Amino acid sequence: MIALKDILTLLDGELLTPGTSPEAAFLKVFASDLMSDVLTSAEPGAVLVTGLANAHVIRTCSVADLAAVVFVQGKRPAPEVIDQARSGDLPLIATRMTMFEACTRIAGRLEDGGHARR
Amino acid sequence: MPVADPSYHREFPVKGGDFAKAGAAACEIKELLKDLGLKPATVRRAAIVAYEAEMNVIMYAWEARMDLTVSLDAVRLTVDDRGPGIPDIELALTEGYSTATAEMRELGFGAGMGLPNIKKNADVFAIDSEVGRGTRLDITIRTNGHKP
Repeated sequence: MIALKDILTLLDGELLTPGTSPEAAFLKVFASDLMSDVLTSAEPGAVLVTGLANAHVIRTCSVADLAAVVFVQGKRPAPEVIDQARSGDLPLIATRMTMFEACTRIAGRLEDGGHARR
Repeated sequence: MPVADPSYHREFPVKGGDFAKAGAAACEIKELLKDLGLKPATVRRAAIVAYEAEMNVIMYAWEARMDLTVSLDAVRLTVDDRGPGIPDIELALTEGYSTATAEMRELGFGAGMGLPNIKKNADVFAIDSEVGRGTRLDITIRTNGHKP
């Protein structure tokens, strides 16, 4: 289990959706730039770590019940995409770290590595 | 709101190439199913199926009609598109096989997982396609099912 506030600290991240509870906690993490893979393999309630920053990420998370998104490598979605996430109560975090570094840091805090697979 | 009885029906038009609205029908279907009181796992499976099918229409077809029917024991989604059709259905159902363009892949789609994922989430899956005319999907998700 990892809390939003811990992800922010670990990744030196910026919360793009103010108003989201920093205590919100997540059991699983799924990392991919392919929304097809998210729809196929991510578990509901997982945090998505991705380098893709378009509106399809938000829609995919909404459809597949993902609970938060971390955008890596300094990627930032457009303001209207952030608004879309806020209206769906989906926390968004931006970090300058690479996908690998972000995943490594988060995985180090999860007992089972946070694999979002059964 | 209780699950509709005997059935709830609604149509959703989808326009090929309309990437800006991609996922709008699936999100609406998801909200409808939630409001109808279906269990979250069923809602999620149906939403994923609807989204994958909608993306396939947007990426490959010219237009389609998605028909959603909800009864006490099942969610049924049929997707009738007017488009180029699929020459080799067995190949299209192979994970990883894709004819997607670079633009589609940049959006995070076109990895060749759409049809296999629809099939994986469906309790009953039927596909029929005619080259030069279009493709029809008929998917049933049982409300008491327990697929992923």
